[in-house]
Amino acid sequence: MDLVTPDLGLLFWTGIVFCTLLFLLAKFAWKPILNAVNEREKSISEALELAEKTREEMKSLKAENDKVLRQAKAERDEILKDAKSTAASMIADAKKQSKEEAKKIVDSARESINAEKASAISDLRSQVASFSIEIAEKVVRGELSSSEKQEALANKLVDDINLN
Amino acid sequence: MKYFAVLFCSITFSFSVIASEEGHEKEDFNVSEMIMHHVKDAHEWHLWTLNDKHVSIYLPIILYTDEGLKVFSSSHFYHNEPSHEGENHYYKGTGPAEGYAMFHEKIYKLDDSGILHFEGGHVHGNIKPLDFSITKNVVSLFIGSFLVFIIMFTCARYYKKNGSVAPKGLSKFIEPLILFVQDEIAKTNINEKKYKKFVPFLLTIFFFIWINNLLGLIPIFPGSANLTGNITVTFFLAFLTLILILVNGNKNYWGHIFAPPGVPKALLPIMIPIEIVGIFTKPFALMIRLFANITAGHIIILALISIIFINKNAAWGALSVPMALFISILELLVAALQAYLFAMLSALFIGAAVEESHH
Repeated sequence: MDLVTPDLGLLFWTGIVFCTLLFLLAKFAWKPILNAVNEREKSISEALELAEKTREEMKSLKAENDKVLRQAKAERDEILKDAKSTAASMIADAKKQSKEEAKKIVDSARESINAEKASAISDLRSQVASFSIEIAEKVVRGELSSSEKQEALANKLVDDINLN
Repeated sequence: MKYFAVLFCSITFSFSVIASEEGHEKEDFNVSEMIMHHVKDAHEWHLWTLNDKHVSIYLPIILYTDEGLKVFSSSHFYHNEPSHEGENHYYKGTGPAEGYAMFHEKIYKLDDSGILHFEGGHVHGNIKPLDFSITKNVVSLFIGSFLVFIIMFTCARYYKKNGSVAPKGLSKFIEPLILFVQDEIAKTNINEKKYKKFVPFLLTIFFFIWINNLLGLIPIFPGSANLTGNITVTFFLAFLTLILILVNGNKNYWGHIFAPPGVPKALLPIMIPIEIVGIFTKPFALMIRLFANITAGHIIILALISIIFINKNAAWGALSVPMALFISILELLVAALQAYLFAMLSALFIGAAVEESHH
């Protein structure tokens, strides 16, 4: 029966010892241990949060970088396009100009050729005329070499006049 | 490794303790007397017996009598020849213990004719002075509490020295247990906002019970005392839980006791007494559970080892030692389990007392 009968002396000592232990542990063990552990837990979760935040930041930074890169690429494309079109227009212009120039040259050449031609023709004409006159002179000289012939010519001329 | 050491000790030394016990009893080996003697408290710490010579630590006896406080060694009882009164034998004190006698580890004042009166197996009519002696259990209580404090203080010092870093050494082993008590026992059973206040109590009760359970499993000094299997100790621990419930019980808790919601008024005269009894049955169950489990463990191990001495043949050790070994391993589990259960149920009851209304 005394196995299940509480004993006053042991109760007294249990009370004192357990309460002292509770007080001492609460003050010198549980408080520092739990503080340290919970603080560590907090710092770990903070570190994780920071890592997450940094990752987000990195992500946005990367997105921004991508954006800037894309913009730069677009700008470059624009510039290239501009340059290309400018070059094309320049080439076209040059072509046009050179064409005009060539035409001008050809035209002026043609003109001078025409002029040369005209002068050559007039030259030829005057030469032909002088040749004709020379021939005519020679012919006339031949015709008028004897008095009979001169007479005949005079007659003839007189006849012509008459006819008129 | 530590567990194996404990186990090894429990097996080898169980022998020596009981073997010495056999020498103590000159007559036939009385199993139940031997077991009861080991399970109950004592005023000496028996270490061993060699060639019929007992080696014990005689613990101080502190009596509060009508003549004032009396302090003397228990050897003033144990060293004397037992006096007989029929079937019962008791020790009369000499020297400073003059006028007192010890019967079954309880101390009585002798009457004027200098004897104890018995009625059946009990002392009848003799005054029992208040006994605040440092008994075997009290010494074990000191040792266990000191051990718990040293372990926890070492852990705390580690954090103080190193800051809140990952634990190493002893802290590495203890910290998960502390966190387990904080998170799995306190936080899950007690309201999120209020659990912090109870964590120190739950931690202390958990480690106090656990360490003392383990100490009780070591069959030699400084172990072997059946402290957590003593009804007084479990009573005090359960009493603390009860106090915490009563002090922290909120309006919702008392409301459920004195005005249970949804119960017809006519039933209240029945319900209220039941609820009031319910307040006390919970810690009462805590007290009985721890006491019964630990005491039963001690009794089983002792009984299994006793098989050898009942049969007076060492060959029976082939049966009894493996069985005692198995129970010892089981008791290691029970030691932790009972500490967990006590803390967990305390947290559960406290949690119910501080629970906010759901309506």
